Amino acid sequence: MSESRKILCEIVGKESLKPGEFVEAKVDLVLANDVTAPLAIQEFRKLGAKSVFDTEKVVFVLDHFTPNRDIASAEQCAFVRNFAREQGIRHFYEGGEAGIEHVLLPELGLVRPRNLIIGADSHTCTYGALGAFSTGMGSTDIAAAMATGSTWLRVPEALKIEVLGSPGRWVGGKDLILHIISRIGVDGGTYLSMEFTGRGIENITVEGRLSVANMVVEAGAKNGLFPVDGVTKDFLKSVGVDASPFSIEPDRYGYISEITVDLSVLEPQVALPSLPSNAVPVSQAPRVKLDQVVIGSCTNGRIEDLRIAADVLKNKKIAKGLRLIVIPGSPGVYRKALREGLIDIFLESGAVISPPTCGPCLGGHMGVLASGEKALSTTNRNFAGRMGHAKSEVFLCNPAVAAASAITGMITNPEEII
Amino acid sequence: MICEEGEIVGNVHKLGDHINTDLIIPATYLVTSDAVELGGHLLEGLDPGFPKKVRKGDIILAGVNFGSGSSREHAALAIKGAGISCVIAASFARIFFRNAINTGLPIVECPEAYRSISDGTRISVNLEDGLVKNLETGEMYYAQPYPDFMRDIVSSGGLIEFVKKRLEIERD
Ligand code: SF4
Repeated sequence: MSESRKILCEIVGKESLKPGEFVEAKVDLVLANDVTAPLAIQEFRKLGAKSVFDTEKVVFVLDHFTPNRDIASAEQCAFVRNFAREQGIRHFYEGGEAGIEHVLLPELGLVRPRNLIIGADSHTCTYGALGAFSTGMGSTDIAAAMATGSTWLRVPEALKIEVLGSPGRWVGGKDLILHIISRIGVDGGTYLSMEFTGRGIENITVEGRLSVANMVVEAGAKNGLFPVDGVTKDFLKSVGVDASPFSIEPDRYGYISEITVDLSVLEPQVALPSLPSNAVPVSQAPRVKLDQVVIGSCTNGRIEDLRIAADVLKNKKIAKGLRLIVIPGSPGVYRKALREGLIDIFLESGAVISPPTCGPCLGGHMGVLASGEKALSTTNRNFAGRMGHAKSEVFLCNPAVAAASAITGMITNPEEII
Repeated sequence: MICEEGEIVGNVHKLGDHINTDLIIPATYLVTSDAVELGGHLLEGLDPGFPKKVRKGDIILAGVNFGSGSSREHAALAIKGAGISCVIAASFARIFFRNAINTGLPIVECPEAYRSISDGTRISVNLEDGLVKNLETGEMYYAQPYPDFMRDIVSSGGLIEFVKKRLEIERD
């Protein structure tokens, strides 16, 4: 069996499960944000449910249109806040306690290996980096889980991804996942579990793994999964979670197919508009003139990402006429960046620092694009109009490429700068 | 095939592959859960004039991976709110499929219908047996049936009704 299936077996208390089977499973964590929680709460009321199944296991993070963009988003946040108060929800995050949900939850120690985590946000799959079975759903599914503490799942087939080698200086998790999506396509992982294995894994940091697992949904996958090795265990310990390691020892027959990636020959990737699968090595990317560069999001808004960007931007100025927006993904990341002097480096270079928020990633606020503008971004989606006007364009990349390109004003390989 | 109402008849709006949720309902409109309000912006990410082209009962016919991207249930709501009676696609993205089942939006997976039927054609869709018929040429196509488990949710009238029944049984 695949590792995902083994986890599901454990959760539902069965010896084995077949792909395609439907199971009902108890959830360990249920997540929603300021966009999806209001709808979930409405549906929860329709159920006639009086209280959530567990006040410790429902998490609300107000991160998308916050600090409140306008009256309508303020009303949505107020609606969620009132419900959280009424129910006594312990994990309700807003204001100075809020960060981008998928950056925040691992930091708070809310993500544990072999847990079942569901969220009304497609990037809930991020937590597979820490060995959890986690997946995104819609608000109605979340409403049902908030009431019953369980959900239904179709047991997925699995795709094995064997990772080898050690990456070059400017290559990280983002490049690995963009490269994989360019090989299998935006629907190449539909309904599948994408499981990462191989000796190269130990050369990817926890932050890098979170970026990888974050984007498996861009290939249509249900979840992504990494082994819990020493690297993960150290991270979990640092956030107060004690986890015994488990490794992916794939049964040869548990997978429908397998692909191999050698990190040592991988270049930084750039995904051209308007699909994440349009990734090419940076050396082959067109040297497009950019209006805006964004460094942040649930994909690349962690401290390691900011360190890499600062490494490139140190003692340099960004190009005239270009806007660089840096978004620490959580209050914790912000504080670390401040203490380490990274914020100073960004400000010196000419960047704008945004509070932790989704903001421009979904074209919400804090950096929306005008018609015809081009942005290079460390986010995860470059769909037409994703960051603003339907006629704006988004290119995706890692933080090093983003920083280097902010300096030159066009898509640039960091090697040319350093 | 989602509801028991039987046959849907409507005109087709043919779209391409990978129609994602940002195209269906751009994020900037996600500050309401009202289906009709959301429907007023349906597919604006693809074509700002789209909401004006939709007549009540029209059918969306799309290629592979319809509904990919975010988990926003607002996408299914916007489609319903605009008066679209059914979505036929060559394939659906996973979360959108769940959302459609849960919210009672009729969806039909039928690659042959996508290949053969052109924009503006009047067609019928039988939600019980999955038969898609081109009413201008008489040609017929068969859709994939739902798995049994989903049929249970669908026949209960969506996930809320399905869970409600179960909660009532537990309370008794
Ligand atoms: S940062 Fe972007 S992709 Fe991540 S949760 Fe926020 S809006 Fe979604």
